[in-house]
Amino acid sequence: MNDIVLDVRNLRVEFPTRRGVLTAVDDISLQIRRGEILGVVGESGAGKSMTGMSILGLLEPPGRIAAGSIHLSGDRIDNLDDRAMQSVRGRRIGAIFQDPLTSLNPLFRIGDQLTETILLHTRLTKAQARERAMDLMREVGIPAVEERIDNYPHQFSGGMRQRIVIALALCAEPELIVADEPTTALDVSIQAQITALLKRLCRERGTAVMLVTHDMGVIAETADRVAVMYAGRLAEVGRVDDVVRRPQHPYTAGLMGSIPSLRKDVAELRMIPGSMPRLDAIPAGCAFNPRCTHSGPRCHQEIPRIGVEQSGAACWLQTQGDVA
Amino acid sequence: MSIRSNAILEVDALERRFDVSAPWLNRMIERKPRRTLRAVDGVDFVIQRGQTLALVGESGCGKSTIAKLVTGLHPPSGGNIRFHGDRDRLQMIFQDPFASLNPRWRVGRIIAEPLRTLRPDTPMDQVSARVDELLRIVGLVATDGSKFPHEFSGGQRQRISIARALAGDPEFLVCDEPTSALDVSVQAQVLNLMKKLQKDMGLTYLFISHDLSVVRHMADVIAVMYLGRIVEIQPTADLFSNPLHPYTRLLLETIPDLEVPNRDRNPMGGEVPSPVSPPSGCSFHPRCPLAFERCKHERPQRRADVHNRRVACFAAGQS
Repeated sequence: MNDIVLDVRNLRVEFPTRRGVLTAVDDISLQIRRGEILGVVGESGAGKSMTGMSILGLLEPPGRIAAGSIHLSGDRIDNLDDRAMQSVRGRRIGAIFQDPLTSLNPLFRIGDQLTETILLHTRLTKAQARERAMDLMREVGIPAVEERIDNYPHQFSGGMRQRIVIALALCAEPELIVADEPTTALDVSIQAQITALLKRLCRERGTAVMLVTHDMGVIAETADRVAVMYAGRLAEVGRVDDVVRRPQHPYTAGLMGSIPSLRKDVAELRMIPGSMPRLDAIPAGCAFNPRCTHSGPRCHQEIPRIGVEQSGAACWLQTQGDVA
Repeated sequence: MSIRSNAILEVDALERRFDVSAPWLNRMIERKPRRTLRAVDGVDFVIQRGQTLALVGESGCGKSTIAKLVTGLHPPSGGNIRFHGDRDRLQMIFQDPFASLNPRWRVGRIIAEPLRTLRPDTPMDQVSARVDELLRIVGLVATDGSKFPHEFSGGQRQRISIARALAGDPEFLVCDEPTSALDVSVQAQVLNLMKKLQKDMGLTYLFISHDLSVVRHMADVIAVMYLGRIVEIQPTADLFSNPLHPYTRLLLETIPDLEVPNRDRNPMGGEVPSPVSPPSGCSFHPRCPLAFERCKHERPQRRADVHNRRVACFAAGQS
């Protein structure tokens, strides 16, 4: 069991507001092993980015971790102070965000940004660090490295910038990479290049990757396991093949049915009626019950949960096994 | 004209150039020439009444510019657009349901605006009856008319945009990425609504999207664009069963397929070149696995003797 890199247990993230405390992440437990890509998928407001941000220690106040624990290779990281967390981030956890320009300083050359990060986290000399920066740029597939290392971020295309951000995240050889919508701003042909790169790096280096996205296609392509989130809670966890082909939770089934197929003709797409509840209006019991066609009396009273280290759906119908 | 007798829109050699030169003084000092971006570079297609034609392509391929040219928001730089219908009955649905609705107007007023503009002598009670009816048609309720846009979710706002477009009793709708700002479960609701409206009202759609699976679901005919040109245009079923252009094939190979999870594939190399300085000849040749000498010098056209004008590719013409 010692190859578990990330171990999140019963995580709860709250936002105190004037109108009361909102729970953005409600009792989430996740594990990622060495060399594994876990996809975290959900629609806007499902809490997937909040989960990623709490692991990175980047929750914006007044947001706070109210309960639960986060362990990185056995070390607890959710209760560290800002200084200690800053060193964990970068050295042990790499971050990739949607917009590569927010991660790169427009006023500095790419090579200097990479070298600075490498020097910060390793004991290499300046010349060695530059050498290593070039190796990293080659590894993420940037052509003509010798010429491009002294370019500024604006001289690169969107796809190339995202490659540089990945190189930046790899500088200190982190155990875990948290990638939040890394391909959303990119065109499909570039998106495929970036997911292929992530997959290759994960396989070759044994890095654990948490891939946060709204795009089920990207998850299906890239991830080994997937966690489906709904209204701040886990709806379903499992191997990608299982979740995509045989979804257990009525929400996941609805989600999969609502995506137009590339192979089958359907007259009408399957719809989930209504929309996800706002954080201040989450219904009692299962958060999905007002939109669920199968809901029974128990769904209105008790919250279904998935146990730590378990797979499957957080759904009361599972015990009866009659989800369409 | 017999084949085209049912055409509602005919676009012929359409061009749109934008001047992207540096300011005059900079050009003089730095001795830089004027620069033009050819956003749309010789595009032709025909849409039959009651059908959906989809324009699909990656960002910068010119698909949204075509939407603006067809609706008259931009004048064309060359070529022509013939609309065989009532110009007042051409409406548009935009991508961003947050930017396209006036936040200070109540929904009822937003929906009534086309009516009041196109038929100003309509009595007030008829206008409000029509607004109530439109709200119901798009799946909202009559009382929603007195609310403001911010009280609605993204999907509901897109329904309001659709109701507004329907207010003018349109026959032709230009839809520019109508669901790309929406979550998938909400996207399904809006797509189903659009299909139902098309069937009930006999609407014609020009549907613009970057998402091939959405386009496959919605369109009768698909035009694939690359750098301002249509590289391939085919009926939907044919495009997916027998893609002719190497770009279309690579695109279909590249997009994630939920039916085959965790596939290992070779992504298409390279990137879309800048439309300010497109490659010579066929603009896809630097990324094309089939490219040969001719592709570098000559621009392929869609020809009647090559797959019946469906593809602009020298390699496709040889096989």
